Amino acid sequence: MTIDLPTAFRIRHLRDESPTVRTFILDGALHAEPGQFVMVWIPRVNEKPFSLVDDAPITLTIARVGPFTEAAHWLREGDRLWVRGPYGRGFAPLPRPAVLVGGGYGAAPLAFLARRLRAQGVEVSVALGAKCARDLVLVERFQAAGCAVHPATEDGSLGHRGLATDVAARLLDKHPDAALYACGPEAMLERLARLCREWGTPGQFSMERLMKCGLGVCGSCDYGGLLVCRDGPVFSAEQVLGA
Amino acid sequence: MTTPDLSVSLCGIFLRNPLVLASGILGTSAELLERVARCGAGAVTSKSCGPTPRAGHPNPTVLAWGHGLINAVGLSNPGADEEARILRDAKARLAPLGVPLIASIFAETVQGFGEVARKVAEAAPDFIEVNISCPNVEAEFGRPFAADARDAAAVTAVVRRAVSLPVIVKLSPNVPDIAAIARAVESEGADAISAINTLGPGMVIDTDSGKPILANRTGGVSGPAIRPIAVRCVYDVSRAVRVPVIGIGGVACGRDAAEMIMAGATAVGIGTAVYDRGPEVFAAIAEELLAFMATHGYTAVSQMRGLAHDD
Ligand SMILES: Cc1cc2nc3c(=O)[nH]c(=O)nc-3n(C[C@H](O)[C@H](O)[C@H](O)COP(=O)(O)OP(=O)(O)OC[C@H]3O[C@@H](n4cnc5c(N)ncnc54)[C@H](O)[C@@H]3O)c2cc1C
Ligand SMILES: Cc1cc2nc3c(=O)[nH]c(=O)nc-3n(C[C@H](O)[C@H](O)[C@H](O)COP(=O)(O)O)c2cc1C
Ligand code: FES
Repeated sequence: MTIDLPTAFRIRHLRDESPTVRTFILDGALHAEPGQFVMVWIPRVNEKPFSLVDDAPITLTIARVGPFTEAAHWLREGDRLWVRGPYGRGFAPLPRPAVLVGGGYGAAPLAFLARRLRAQGVEVSVALGAKCARDLVLVERFQAAGCAVHPATEDGSLGHRGLATDVAARLLDKHPDAALYACGPEAMLERLARLCREWGTPGQFSMERLMKCGLGVCGSCDYGGLLVCRDGPVFSAEQVLGA
Repeated sequence: MTTPDLSVSLCGIFLRNPLVLASGILGTSAELLERVARCGAGAVTSKSCGPTPRAGHPNPTVLAWGHGLINAVGLSNPGADEEARILRDAKARLAPLGVPLIASIFAETVQGFGEVARKVAEAAPDFIEVNISCPNVEAEFGRPFAADARDAAAVTAVVRRAVSLPVIVKLSPNVPDIAAIARAVESEGADAISAINTLGPGMVIDTDSGKPILANRTGGVSGPAIRPIAVRCVYDVSRAVRVPVIGIGGVACGRDAAEMIMAGATAVGIGTAVYDRGPEVFAAIAEELLAFMATHGYTAVSQMRGLAHDD
């Protein structure tokens, strides 16, 4: 069931992931697929899309990047957030080893996916990229779900020095029958999509575009004729390279 | 039995079926317009564009409130110059599909309509649709041009002089006598009329916070809830004028489209149903309309047109 009018939930728990990223655990649940998103409303501020890190309880990981996310970070435990959704098409978990690649808060939908895959008994390796060690988010969540986490930091402060895409290529080399799932900056996703095409790896990529309605009518999330809010946010390698 | 023919002629332009994508729904890019055409629309309308770029209102801008949508997008658009580029691209993609392009325009002033029309006409769309139902206007108290017969006529006259393309004028239901407005725009040279734009404004309040949910507080209401009003408007307008009418408002299935045509419409606009049934709604409704016509023994759309009128 999709909730189409913003509905109030209380913040039950806040958790700082990094100096600029905070996880919000709300006092209610939705029924969602990993990769689906919700529209989050703060009255008189704005309404913006965020991936679900979990659907029961509703869990969001929000990076402070501008006015709306700033306002969200002012909220305290016990305060309210309004949520409508879930919207969009999420990941389709495949019954084969999984390589997850997350850049920045792109880890958010992957953490949800990791739990689903593990529940199906799938082996999950995660390449997480960030500028430096303290910017890595949701690592414990992946570990608690039983995933092998391989960090990559640009300054080399933790794990591989360099990009998550390098780590991903190594993981795919080790698991030639794997499926790849990724969310993060567009350059990273395009690079991974090309890799998938070359290697014949099934790939699923969560994309972002400016969203207004989230309902597939306003056209603001146009992605070469595809609607990120309704046809996506998860797309195949061919869709990413074709759009 | 012969299979029914869904094609119609709108101002002498061939539409393979009467179903038209309404303005403001998905019409923001050439790719999306092409996609809707491939999904079976008979014609597609771009999102209304004005003289200069506008960001529109902050979110929330569109809500599904239970019986349709309410929106205050705020006429976000890239401005006439960029829009002309999009329309040129769209036209090139639509031409091989045989799907006509309707370019929708708005402006804050009467003269502004002429300028936007001229710019947009350079992209050679098949029609220009003049959206006089928007709230941001020069007329006193911010009334839309569509609220007053003289204002509506003045805009029509300016656009008529600016371009040689067929001009469609889109009317608002929020008037006491829509037929009078229709007569006024016809007398200034409108080649067709679309009716209706959204109803309202309406408001949806969040009862947890006590605040209106739309950032603009109020917005235009569309979808199934407004269909009886749209049908009555199309009935009134088509009795008042000789030019063809595009009937818009709450059409969600083939039977609804037939009802609009029986009210007097030549073509039928579809907006909110794209939310309920996806862009695939066009092929689906065309299929349903075909089945409806076959069941009732109609072989041409024109046989249903205006059946609701007494004479
Ligand atoms: C499907 C989807 C899932 C997302 N999931 C997450 C998540 O799990 N965690 C997270 O921190 N962020 C997520 N985002 C991004 C988040 O929506 C933006 O960071 C947020 O809207 C920024 O708002 P702001 O007012 O704080 O910043 P602004 O100053 O308004 O914008 C900062 C940047 O955010 C992006 N942005 C702004 N408005 C929107 C919008 N309406 N739609 C999409 N992008 C926008 C733009 O790229 C902009 O440059 C997601 C976006 C999408 C489309
Ligand atoms: C999200 C949204 C945006 C709209 N934007 C425009 C617009 O830019 N120009 C316009 O003339 N009408 C606009 N409309 C009105 C529609 O074109 C149509 O007239 C109205 O929604 C009634 O039809 P429907 O019930 O089939 O949606 C918009 C409607 C919606 C729902
Ligand atoms: S956000 Fe409106 S169509 Fe996707």
